[in-house]
Amino acid sequence: MKRAALIFGLLLTIAAAPAEAAAQSQPSILDNLQRVLSLRDYNTRVVIAGVSLLGLAAGGIGTFLLLRKRSLTADALSHATLPGIALAFIITTALGGDGRALVWLLLGAFGTGVAAVGVIILIRHTTRIKEDAALGIVLSVFFGAGAALIKLAEQMPQGSAAGLDRFILGRAASMIAADVQAIAVVTVIVLAVCTAFFKEFRLLCFDQSFAGAQGWPVLLLDALLMGMVVAVTVIGLQSVGLVLVVAMLITPAAAARLWTDRLSIMFPLAAAMGALGGAAGAVVSAAAERMPTGPIIVLVCSALFAASLVFGSKRGLLVRAVRHMHLRRRVAEQHLLRALWEMSENAGRVEVRSTFARLKSQRSWSALALRREISRLRRRGWVRLDAQGDISLTNQGRIEAQRVVRNHRLWEMYLITHADIAPTHVDRDADQIEHVLPPDLIERLEGLVEASDARAAMPASPHELPALATGDRP
Amino acid sequence: MTWLDADTDIIFSGALCALACSIPGTLLVLRKMSMMGDAISHTVLPGLAAAFLITQTRAPIPMFIGAAVIGIVTALLVQWVRDLSRTDGGTAMGIVFTALFAVGLVLLRLPAIEHIDLDPSCVLYGAVETSAIDPINVLGVEMPRAALINGVMFAVNLGVLLLLFKEFRISAFDPALATTVGINATLMHYILMTMTAVTAVAAFETVGSILVIAMLIVPPAAAYLLTDRFGVMFVLAGVIGVLSAAGGHVAAIVIPEWLGVGDTVTSGMMAVAAGALFTLAWLVSPRHGVISHLLSRWRLGLRIMREDILGILYREQEQADHPTPSLTTAVEAIVRLRKLRPVIARLALSRLRRRGMVTGTLPQLALTDRGRTEAARLVRSHRLWETYFSHQFPTLPSDHLHAPAEVLEHLTDDALRDRLGQRTNDPSVDPHGRAIPGAASGASIDGS
Repeated sequence: MKRAALIFGLLLTIAAAPAEAAAQSQPSILDNLQRVLSLRDYNTRVVIAGVSLLGLAAGGIGTFLLLRKRSLTADALSHATLPGIALAFIITTALGGDGRALVWLLLGAFGTGVAAVGVIILIRHTTRIKEDAALGIVLSVFFGAGAALIKLAEQMPQGSAAGLDRFILGRAASMIAADVQAIAVVTVIVLAVCTAFFKEFRLLCFDQSFAGAQGWPVLLLDALLMGMVVAVTVIGLQSVGLVLVVAMLITPAAAARLWTDRLSIMFPLAAAMGALGGAAGAVVSAAAERMPTGPIIVLVCSALFAASLVFGSKRGLLVRAVRHMHLRRRVAEQHLLRALWEMSENAGRVEVRSTFARLKSQRSWSALALRREISRLRRRGWVRLDAQGDISLTNQGRIEAQRVVRNHRLWEMYLITHADIAPTHVDRDADQIEHVLPPDLIERLEGLVEASDARAAMPASPHELPALATGDRP
Repeated sequence: MTWLDADTDIIFSGALCALACSIPGTLLVLRKMSMMGDAISHTVLPGLAAAFLITQTRAPIPMFIGAAVIGIVTALLVQWVRDLSRTDGGTAMGIVFTALFAVGLVLLRLPAIEHIDLDPSCVLYGAVETSAIDPINVLGVEMPRAALINGVMFAVNLGVLLLLFKEFRISAFDPALATTVGINATLMHYILMTMTAVTAVAAFETVGSILVIAMLIVPPAAAYLLTDRFGVMFVLAGVIGVLSAAGGHVAAIVIPEWLGVGDTVTSGMMAVAAGALFTLAWLVSPRHGVISHLLSRWRLGLRIMREDILGILYREQEQADHPTPSLTTAVEAIVRLRKLRPVIARLALSRLRRRGMVTGTLPQLALTDRGRTEAARLVRSHRLWETYFSHQFPTLPSDHLHAPAEVLEHLTDDALRDRLGQRTNDPSVDPHGRAIPGAASGASIDGS
């Protein structure tokens, strides 16, 4: 948990960076920023509260969406809310109500959103059309119908449909306190349901068929999940718009995925990132004049994702690069140890000294890399150089080398006896795996390889060692 | 309703746009990359904005170059995000296209770009109504600008398709095979991405960025339900696209008129018309349609019911010849079938009567000679299967032989029955000791 807090702090500074950079460039923006950050304006307070709550809910529910690989379903259903908005307007206006009452519009959006999910499932199950095309069909046809219906709504004699298209690209500035209340209600419900059904949703994400076999109502849970996704999409329409609301759902979740392998951490982290993205986006767009809020929020979320991609503590590029470097170093070390060991074995003596040139001819390694490796092993005390510059293993180095060579030969023998590979061909395969054999696997190899000397301290090599290796100095 | 010259122009432009889209669209649907079309049609927006920022013109050439570049950039970014963050392709697409689209929206607000006429609603819905009226003079012929652009686009796409037909076909169905026979699958991927992006720009003005997806995906998906052939799918997708363009525009004029209001956006109705055609294909496709599936299930149910009635009557007659204690009479059994599935049972009985296989009404139903021959065939299949199972699985209890044979008897044709007879050495009795009709050593097939 401490680490999560640390991560969160780091994210805060990352997110603040662009805002600070913007602040330095122009003094007027700095003033604006101060005004915005002090929350002096009522409007700004409303917008920031609204989009932060939205980010909280979207990031949370997006976690499950991402893990179920349904990201683009959210895209399709958000586009499919448009005809619902138009229909709701037309119907309430025709019945003499106020067509612009948000409740009805959002209910309409919810209705066609759910219908879209239903049609996607229907197409997938009753035709040979694949998921991707089913999404594309639903997305475009529903959106087309929505565009046509909105134009119709605008021509209705009673009521004014102006502003219905704000749901397409979003207009956060038009948010009022009542909207924030609606968002807050949905957010609380979504987070409460997610917490209450956390275990069930986790099972649904990672092993749906097991959940079904265990007797969980998988379909019902799935419907609940998708229903909440539609609800979050609908409350996001007003601020980020239906084209970009999918980013609120998936981008924070994808960013959180890079920091952890645990769902119980990923869920709050994604929610926090969503809230942060929303708040930071709202602040930046309020400070910089004429910048649209929705796209800025999405860009902040994308920046969070990009930062996570680089710095993420679990799957981030830096962490992976470091891990890769460590592995490569260990491999190079072990190659050197094995080369020295096999030379001494060929010579039939424990104490063997090799010239640099002989050692170099042992493998295809560059002089530079070999020299670097020798000095690294020297620092660790596994290799020593004598006065003439000849190289030999120390006692400690010999123990380490023995372990490496043993792994190598066990694997070779395993390949020969169980995979039926010719003894002349196993060296290279074993060369790749000897570095990553864990202790329990070695134990099992010892059990599997029934050669007489498998349990000996050092099995003999099943093939001839390179002839060059014999030449050592007496 | 009054039909104007402009209406013809609009349909002409829309149809050409649909034709141009159907080619990359078919390839996208077959490669299971439809949503890549969605992503690219969104990211065209920042491509156009950037091209304008750099060149300060709205001339077509820089716009197309901007689109081609952004198409490749989108494809590359999606691939990188997918590989580097190890997410699924859909998530990567979602992250990339929303980010780029947001960049596009922000760029549109820049002072340097704001005076050009790329207003978001035109970007989203397109404006086929105005662009089709905007005439241009080509070699002395007046034609709408949108028609010219989409027509050229269609010609280019068709050229690329014909040039690389074989390569596209192999990489659409089996990318691994394409690689092994020396086709550069990566290159084909990026050619398709570029084609999609450039076509999206051409279609941009006509149907708008989001409805490009309707034209890209819906007609090819409908065609996919109608055919199994690569070449035919392109033709069908083109035809369906043209029909949805025409139908969409007509609907945009006619339907609002019924409701007593003006008209509505053609591009939206084009998408709806394409959706309607897709639904039609979904319902009536001869091989993959819902109706043909229902019909064939209905026919199968009817045939099974007919054969079951024949089997029941045959077995009762058999028992009359060689009396054994029986639990239900044939009449009871058929009455029970009729209660279970009243419509099908009634239909099956009347069909049997019409074919002269059964005479009389229910309490006194009797097999005719023709009916008996047919029933003997069925019962032979049933009992041969039982024999076969008892040979193949000697440990299977004899009361477990009936159920699978009861299913398989309906699916056994003459050739299979003959081979089954050979395999079981043409026995005269089944494992339960009942005679197998038609055996060479036993009763002949007509039951006499």
